[in-house]
Amino acid sequence: MSPEVQALLYLLAAVAFIIGLKRLGSPRTARSGNAVASVGMLLAIVVTLIDSEVSWIVLGAGAAVGAVVGAVLALRVQMTAMPQLVAAFNGFGGLASALVAAAVYVTVTGEIETVEMLTILLSVGIGGITFTGSLVAYGKLQGLLSGSPITYPGQKTLNAALLVGLLGAGVWSQTSQDALAFWGMGVISLVLGVLLVIPIGGADMPVVIALLNSLSGLAAAATGFVIENSALIIGGALVGASGLILTRLMTEAMNRSLANVLFGAFGTGEGTAPAAFAGGDVRTTTPGDLAVALSYANRVVIVPGYGLAVAQAQHQLREVADELERRGVEVVYGIHPVAGRMPGHMNVLLAEAEIPYDRLLDLDDTNSVLPRTDIVLVLGANDVVNPSARDDADSPIYGMPIIEVDKARTVVVVKRSMSPGFAGIDNPLFYDEGTLMLFADAKKALADLTAALETV
Amino acid sequence: MLDPVVVGVVVFVLASFIGFELITKVPPTLHTPLMSGSNAISGITIVGAIIATGIENDMLAAFLAFVAVGSATINVVGGFLVTDRMLEMFRRPKREDRE
Repeated sequence: MSPEVQALLYLLAAVAFIIGLKRLGSPRTARSGNAVASVGMLLAIVVTLIDSEVSWIVLGAGAAVGAVVGAVLALRVQMTAMPQLVAAFNGFGGLASALVAAAVYVTVTGEIETVEMLTILLSVGIGGITFTGSLVAYGKLQGLLSGSPITYPGQKTLNAALLVGLLGAGVWSQTSQDALAFWGMGVISLVLGVLLVIPIGGADMPVVIALLNSLSGLAAAATGFVIENSALIIGGALVGASGLILTRLMTEAMNRSLANVLFGAFGTGEGTAPAAFAGGDVRTTTPGDLAVALSYANRVVIVPGYGLAVAQAQHQLREVADELERRGVEVVYGIHPVAGRMPGHMNVLLAEAEIPYDRLLDLDDTNSVLPRTDIVLVLGANDVVNPSARDDADSPIYGMPIIEVDKARTVVVVKRSMSPGFAGIDNPLFYDEGTLMLFADAKKALADLTAALETV
Repeated sequence: MLDPVVVGVVVFVLASFIGFELITKVPPTLHTPLMSGSNAISGITIVGAIIATGIENDMLAAFLAFVAVGSATINVVGGFLVTDRMLEMFRRPKREDRE
């Protein structure tokens, strides 16, 4: 195969990635889009195999191990564990890119040109940070590491010093052509990946995963420069852009800057004792009363939080919704961007319970239907429905976009107790006149509700 | 001929803009499959890993290539499979009265 034909076939693979991502723009075409992208990948692999001198033993062994591990992970994973899995996959991608560049470095004889060295260093540096950073994110999400931020004095200074060290080792490695400097840089990037992610709290992991996603793409693009391959550069750039957009969407949904997420060690609990909130009386309701109210409503909006998914109560929720729809009640779901543990996570969890995707409304659409909604059912969500974020300039979450459930006629909050949410902030919604509290475990409350609905 | 690195930069910048255009059109409901799917695409680095296995007479390079192929394959196979698993759940049109 001539290099020209090869280059064009790689371009075709990249076009398949672009078409695949375009088809991800709608739930109807998304699955075929994923298939198109995977065919592009297959094409790129075949083109490479045809024209390269490969070691079939090394290749076969690596591919066999990787295919088995990848397939088992993908087919076994629980939908609640999706963030960890994506974090792990990000890490493997980063590692692969870094190692490819390292293998190229090892085999170059004689002096390496400045530009080539720069691309190798970028690939190893970004890939290394992505690898260990993803491992830490995986550990935090999987519960192997504490989800709370790990901080120590001089943390930022140390990280800054390491970053300078990384750049220094890179420059030294180029000017001296010293292998020690090169491997030193690799080690620093691995250490830096760990140290950059440990101070970030569990609640901020959606941002971190999105950012690592972006980095894994950039590492692949950098490797594309090392081996001068346009499929890697295009594929890597697409993923880099995707991760960056998601990172921005997540930080906007939390009303935080990226710097604040990365360096703010949010959720340490230091001095965030809930401000002396006057509190007041709360009104409570029972599954029986709620069943009656729900069945006479025109529209019910359900606002799910992550607690619902942890309790695996989505299926009970769908039963309630089915029961209501049978009575002609319109049931839709209001999904805050940070309702899950990664972008779009809650939607996947509800889709798993066979809730049709056209019922899942995003933040803006939810807020536009709420003023014309009879009952909002808040299940396991707290901070994302806290009106302080809108009204109280002193609140730590002030400015965060919320689902304005208090605009609906009646709000029913299903909650185990009055304990404050993840961020330790009191919620005036609970004391609002239009709010009814149903103190129960979400799963049990929904089961009771279904039973009560059957008798209404 | 232009320096390949310059050509690469041109390709990279244009591809990034295409990426931004495409991804902003993906609805929030598909953001998780988008992440896992784009993750699989970043496994394109497998091309480099395959080429790296061809490096001869260097045990270290062979080892690096072995690990690189393994991790890239996990990324590609796992990424596309798990994305398909999720999107299959999204596919179901529940109510016939829509069409």
